[in-house]
Amino acid sequence: MMKYGIVLFHTTSAVMRAEKLLLKERVSIKLIPTPREFSSDCGIALRFEWNQHEQVKSVLNNADVEIAAIHQM
Amino acid sequence: MIYLDNAATSWPKPPEVLKAMTDVLEHAGGNPGRSGHRLSIAAAREIYDAREDIARFFHSPDPLRVIFSNNATHAINLALKGLVKPGDHVVTTSMEHNAVMRPLRSMEKQGINLTIVQCASDGSIDIKDVAKAVKPRTRLMVTTHASNVAGTILPVSQIASIAHKAGTLLLVDAAQTAGVESINVQDMGIDLLAFTGHKELQGPPGIGGLIIADTVDLSKFEPLIQGGTGSRSESEEQPDDLPDKLEGGTANLIGIAGLRAGIRWITNKGIESNHAHFKKLTQELIEGLSCLPGVKIYGTLDSERSVAVVSFSIAGKTVSEIGLQLDEEYDILCRVGLHCAPAAHRTVGSFPSGTVRLAPGLFTTMADIHTTIKSIEKIIKT
Repeated sequence: MMKYGIVLFHTTSAVMRAEKLLLKERVSIKLIPTPREFSSDCGIALRFEWNQHEQVKSVLNNADVEIAAIHQM
Repeated sequence: MIYLDNAATSWPKPPEVLKAMTDVLEHAGGNPGRSGHRLSIAAAREIYDAREDIARFFHSPDPLRVIFSNNATHAINLALKGLVKPGDHVVTTSMEHNAVMRPLRSMEKQGINLTIVQCASDGSIDIKDVAKAVKPRTRLMVTTHASNVAGTILPVSQIASIAHKAGTLLLVDAAQTAGVESINVQDMGIDLLAFTGHKELQGPPGIGGLIIADTVDLSKFEPLIQGGTGSRSESEEQPDDLPDKLEGGTANLIGIAGLRAGIRWITNKGIESNHAHFKKLTQELIEGLSCLPGVKIYGTLDSERSVAVVSFSIAGKTVSEIGLQLDEEYDILCRVGLHCAPAAHRTVGSFPSGTVRLAPGLFTTMADIHTTIKSIEKIIKT
C-alpha cells in the first residue's frame, strides 16, 4: 500500500506557493482538507508520496516556504 | 458614443475580463482557502496566481507582499493608518486627490503633522521644495504618480531618493498611472504602491491593492481591519503572516480574477504600444483644443510629461453646461467639476469653478478625438 506524507502550513498563500513549486519539480502531490488527526492553522494541507519526502523537504526549504510540520500518514 | 471618462473608470472592459469573472464564479466559486475542498482550493489558486502576476507586473519580488484592497483609496488608507502615528510628520503634495488628502486631514486632527509641498500651476513640483519639507520626525512621504486633474506626472524616483536619504518611506498613489506608465517599484524606490483595478488596468470597480516593499517594517504595520484569514485559526489575534495580516475577511475573488485578466490583456497588447497610443491621443487633444478661441488648458501641455488627462475650461461658459452639451448633443461622455481633488484644482487655478476633463482610454480612436475637438468648437460657437 502506498504510504503518504502530509505537509501542514500556517497560511493558504504558503500552500499555493508550495503546490506550484512542487508541481514544477514534477513531484506527485494533492491538496486535501487537513485531516482531523493533525491540528493545523490552515484548512488545506499538501499530501505527497512518502518516498519523495526528502525532495519535498528540500524544494520547500530552498524556496523558503514557511511550513508548520511534515507528518507521515 | 464616445467615452472620455477613463480617468474615473475605464470603459468598455476587454471581453477577456468579463469572461474571467464569470468563469471564476462558475468554476472556482468556493471560499478561497478556507475549506479545503476543490472549489475552495481553486479559488485560493486564482488569488495566489493573481498576486504573482501583479508582483511581476510592477517588478516586486514577493507576491505575498501584494495586499488586495477595494481600490486605491482603501490601499492608501491602509498604508497611512497602518504606519503613521500621532506625533509623526508626513510630507505630501498640493496635487493630491482626496484619497490622500482626506485621510491625512482626518489624521491631522488626531495629532499627525502635515507639510503640503506647493506645486506649480502646471502641476509640476520643484524637487528642492520636497527636500526642504523633510523634518526629523518625518515618517512618510506621499505623492501621486500623476494628477487626475492636470495629468502632470511627478518625479517619483527623485522623491524616493529624498525620502530614503531622510530615512523615511515613500507611498505612491498610482491610480492614474498603473497600466499606462511603466512602474518598477524596485528601480523607482517605491516603498508602498497603491493602485486600483478599475482604471487603466482594465479590471472591474471594487478591486485594488497595496504593494509593500521589504523596506517596510511589518511589525510596525497595524492592520486597518481584523478578521478571519483561514490561517492560525486557533488564535483570536490577527496573524503576522502576509498577506493575511492586512487582509481580514473573504477576498473579492471576482474582482481579483477580472483584474488579473486585465493585466494579462494589457501585457499581451504591449505596455509600450499602449503608452504610445495614449501619448498620441493626448497630444492631438492638447493641440486641437489649443487652437480654439477662449479655451484654457491646464497642466504641462506636453503629453510626454503627463498621462492621458486633459482638463480645460472655456471663457464665458460653466463646465457643467459644457459637460451637459457634450453628453446630450454630441454623445461624448466626460467628467466636469472638481474631480475629488480640490487641492489640485487650487494649485492649477481652476478652483472652485472646476474643469472639463477629457480622458481617452485604450479603446479610444484618433477619429473619436477629432470628433470631440470639432464638437467643442461647435459648442464655443453656440
